[in-house]
Amino acid sequence: MPANRFNAFTDYGIGLGLRVPHYAHILERKPTCGWFEIISENFLVDGGRPLHVLDRILEQYRVVQHGVSLYFGSADKPDRAHLRKLKALVKRTRTPWLSDHLCWGSVDGTYTHDLLPMPYTFAAAKHTAEKIRHVRDFLEVPICVENVSSYAEFHASEMTEWEFLGEVVERADCGILLDVNNIYVSAQNHGFDPYDYLDHVPHDRVGQMHIAGHTRFEKYILDTHDHPVLDPVWKLYAHATKLCGVTATLLEWDDKIPSFDEVHAEALKANEFIAGAREAKKGGDGFPSRPEFPRAPPQPRTARRAVPTSR
Amino acid sequence: MTPIGLKSPPARLPRRQRTTADLRAMQRLMAHALYQPLTPADDLAPRFRDGRAMADVAASFIKPNDRLSSLERLQIYARCYWYRVIDCVYDDSPGLRALLGEQRFSALVRAYLAKYPSRSFTLRNLCSRLPQFIRDEPRWTAPRTALAHAVARFEWAQTVAFDGEARPVLTRDDFADAPPAKLRLALQPYVTLLAFDWPVDDYVIAVKQRDALRGEASHAVDHGPRAASHRRVPWPRRGRVHVVVHRYDHRLFYKRVESAAFRVLEQLAAGRTLAQAIAAAGARAKPDRVREWFATWMELGWFCRR
Ligand SMILES: [Fe+2]
Repeated sequence: MPANRFNAFTDYGIGLGLRVPHYAHILERKPTCGWFEIISENFLVDGGRPLHVLDRILEQYRVVQHGVSLYFGSADKPDRAHLRKLKALVKRTRTPWLSDHLCWGSVDGTYTHDLLPMPYTFAAAKHTAEKIRHVRDFLEVPICVENVSSYAEFHASEMTEWEFLGEVVERADCGILLDVNNIYVSAQNHGFDPYDYLDHVPHDRVGQMHIAGHTRFEKYILDTHDHPVLDPVWKLYAHATKLCGVTATLLEWDDKIPSFDEVHAEALKANEFIAGAREAKKGGDGFPSRPEFPRAPPQPRTARRAVPTSR
Repeated sequence: MTPIGLKSPPARLPRRQRTTADLRAMQRLMAHALYQPLTPADDLAPRFRDGRAMADVAASFIKPNDRLSSLERLQIYARCYWYRVIDCVYDDSPGLRALLGEQRFSALVRAYLAKYPSRSFTLRNLCSRLPQFIRDEPRWTAPRTALAHAVARFEWAQTVAFDGEARPVLTRDDFADAPPAKLRLALQPYVTLLAFDWPVDDYVIAVKQRDALRGEASHAVDHGPRAASHRRVPWPRRGRVHVVVHRYDHRLFYKRVESAAFRVLEQLAAGRTLAQAIAAAGARAKPDRVREWFATWMELGWFCRR
């Protein structure tokens, strides 16, 4: 049974990001996997090997599209040629929902290829929600917007990030892809309590979750997706699952990618928390009580060239 | 240098953002800061493009926190931006990188991206204007500008061949009855015809083999192949070659063709009829040879309807 009206796919369970180093393993061994999340942009091509591989994956697996370049928060209008290509891909994959980020990244038709944070203003929320509606109406597929990790805040902001997220999704009447790792990263970088964030997002709109690893630097945390999920993120995930119900969940691992089996095993750890959520629903509370958010100063590390590829 | 496409940044931002225009102004300001090249230490430049201190520009829209100044927070994004786009050009340009050496290649890439930020939602197209930039601004590659231009064109053709559009392939039956004087064939969009004054294909293959060896050496316990893997690949010696970059069975190929065959393909690609294309190749296009060429090209699926 769906946990909410934006979460009709609780049976999807745990998914993995489809990444090039795993293609051969997946096509040859056909491992079991609840579903694959693809980065839409990798397949918005006109031909060749990427689409050939995708078609073979589609014969065997359920695929959900995740994008990194719709830039709902950019002041620019959506690019029509991009949307037309995306619509063709939506038809090809029959993705049950489509996600992209609550961020901006392009201006005047130039692209940063990054997921840049929004100023949390009412004007930006209104504009962003209109773009989400426009894209959904054009693509004819439900949309979930994902919270990004951020390293900066703006003077112009008029509300918290979770209030802004709520404002946008209510105005757009769309779903949320709740990235629990991003909440943790931003909480550390901006000094808020991630449990406040989780408690205040509209739980009935969460249609998917992301979990991932991050990297701690001396003065901030970067969302690098090159590690296993860290313990505080699993704790947040447990709390999020308790609040939102069992939700399709995806582990993101985009850099220093280990073997398919290793990534899969890491993702399947989420089942423990999903079982907890099911248990809680039956009456008992299978969850640890809300843990104290650690506020110890970050540990110094050095690794300068780490760059997130998609978040 | 102003990045092509991006409109001028606002002199100052409104204190409150009430409209989409206000949002756009802030996004323009931040994009200008990101697109400005980093210093040699990979820091933000001390001055914004209009002469203001970069720290003042950052402080005008980004909040500091207890650990980081506004400038430092902006710098995290600037570094992420530059590392990402530079990495992308590096990955797509092993030949050009080997040709110029790390330092000159790095300077070229930074100058290119400072002028031509991406205009596409996908990084796939990031190097599409690199050949043009090399020709327009020879100072980054002199005295080997012509060779650098050739290598950049060859490497861009590989991106096109990898995932460019494939139209329905024309078969013999499709034009069995068409007279050569009327018949116009098109080349598949993923096929690129390239004529060079150097064997650029051999050079890039040698570089890739060297790099593959280097990758193995860095993983190997014994250091046997190390000497070979650090060798500079010699610059190619002059010699006219005609190369078709294409794909077959989802794999990338470079096919050398003789000059008369190349002429025929060029003419067909330019929209001439089959008869005109063959005539343009002159006496070297003997009927048997032409028949052989076309048999191969048809088998490779190079032709589609115009
Ligand atoms: Fe994410």
